[in-house]
Amino acid sequence: MTGFTGIAVLCFLVLYAPLVPLVVYSFNHGSSLAIWEGLSLRWYYSAWENELVQEATIRSLVLAISAAVISTAVATMAALGTTRTSPYKGLTLVYALINQPLMVPEIVTAVALLIVFAVIRAATDYHGMAYLILAHTAFCIPFAYLPIRARLEGMDLTLETAAADLYATPLKAFKRVTLPLLWPGILAGFMLAFVISLDDVVITELVKSAGQDTLPTYMLGQLRRVITPEVNAISTVLLAISVVVVTIFFFLNKEKR
Amino acid sequence: MGEAQTKAPGTGTGSQVQASAERARKARVRAHWLLNTPALIILLCAASGPLFVVIIYSFLTPGDYGGIEWAFSLDGWFSVFMQRDIFEGTLSVADAHMSILWRSVRLSLLTTLTAFVLGFPTAYFIATRPRETRNVWLFLITIPFWVNLLIRTFAIMELIRNKGVINTILMSTGIIEQPIQMLFTDFAIMVGMTYVYLPLMVLPIYASMEKFDFRLVEAGYDLYATRMKVLRRIILPLAKPGIVAGSILVFIPSLGAYVTPRILGGGKNMMLGNLIALQFGQGRNWPLGSALALTLLAMVMVALLIYVRGVAKQDSGRH
Repeated sequence: MTGFTGIAVLCFLVLYAPLVPLVVYSFNHGSSLAIWEGLSLRWYYSAWENELVQEATIRSLVLAISAAVISTAVATMAALGTTRTSPYKGLTLVYALINQPLMVPEIVTAVALLIVFAVIRAATDYHGMAYLILAHTAFCIPFAYLPIRARLEGMDLTLETAAADLYATPLKAFKRVTLPLLWPGILAGFMLAFVISLDDVVITELVKSAGQDTLPTYMLGQLRRVITPEVNAISTVLLAISVVVVTIFFFLNKEKR
Repeated sequence: MGEAQTKAPGTGTGSQVQASAERARKARVRAHWLLNTPALIILLCAASGPLFVVIIYSFLTPGDYGGIEWAFSLDGWFSVFMQRDIFEGTLSVADAHMSILWRSVRLSLLTTLTAFVLGFPTAYFIATRPRETRNVWLFLITIPFWVNLLIRTFAIMELIRNKGVINTILMSTGIIEQPIQMLFTDFAIMVGMTYVYLPLMVLPIYASMEKFDFRLVEAGYDLYATRMKVLRRIILPLAKPGIVAGSILVFIPSLGAYVTPRILGGGKNMMLGNLIALQFGQGRNWPLGSALALTLLAMVMVALLIYVRGVAKQDSGRH
């Protein structure tokens, strides 16, 4: 299929070309996104100095780390509870619940949470970060769960049985045998959850209390105004983070094979 | 449990062994449930549970400043499809909602089609590379997918703005005198969604082609099949599961898209996701918003059902 190669090349071009001006103009000295006025780090500096950006960055990181830690922990437990076992009653329901955030459109989950959290806000007068952390943890669970489960399915129970035969307590067997073997899966799950939480716009935008902007919702708000290359600078940094994390993830997975 | 009872007349030790095996099995199941519980609690609180609250809210009366009044009403569902003229009291189809619904479906289908036209040859290209380089090509497809959707949409916006890169280049070379209005059109939404969801089309098609025996294609040529025939009779049927999966993976997020139409479509060219969010913001009609959200959910479920049915049919056809 000779024509296919041409389309494939076009496809790769299409995927990467739009990102080029985005990155290039983040280094523009002028404030235009189309006219080049010389190389400078001015907009990186201005983003760095911007207090709103600083706050949003810290909030994004705190949120992504909390959500990733909690979701990876509970997803690891759930993976241990759902793999390497003969099917038991309710197992399908557990799968359905875990995968549900992948199937329901984000906007639907977002308004559902908006309603529930509005009720809780009115009742308790609490406006903190717990809402966002809970929401993010929930939609991160399937992403953390999948690589851990995949890893577990490739491990059979013989090593754990051997450990038990050698009088290891279940806890000891888990710590010394299961956990070290499972570690790459857990790390992969954590990284996926972290990136997914860091990237979220829709649920955060609808769930956040006033003044709780994360980096993506801050950027979304900026797009309504006159855009300066500052947004490009923030985008470029986020883009670099994503690329680095995915590259690490890629090599982690490769090692497994 | 039933097993232990029916075999009760056996020897005493035998039933004792069975009973203790049964106890061990029960303990294992209990341990598994304990392990699942924390994840399930979080998911029930912040994913599945709230969906039921949306169902309740869709049957209530809107409050004056957002929120709801606890009074049963079908108005939310009613106004998804119909509207009542304020002055004459006559009923008619809700044109605004219908046009947004239709735009969502139309643009999602167009997006799926465009992604297929670009994605299928790309998947084929990757699948026919030597084994060692395939992973690199795959990696190149995956990277943009992991870049924040907002950033990718923003990149498209900068490209097609009136003062954006494309218009600036075209105007400076004198091809056009006035910038072409591309931003805030349906076309822009379609381009943006195709751009952000394209990897979701390539990956499953590649997965279905990966184990493909390309000698079949050569055999087809040897038997004097034309290129179109080889494509239609050999490649497409074998890649079908991947094509269906990819189409679903592109169609579903497109249907519920919020960020891309908001940025590239502007306030006028709304899609369903934006209409839903609007009801919880300036619209101040939470029951209508809830009913619209459930309508979207129902459409997604129908698409998923068609997919599951199709897969089941294929599986049974194979045996």
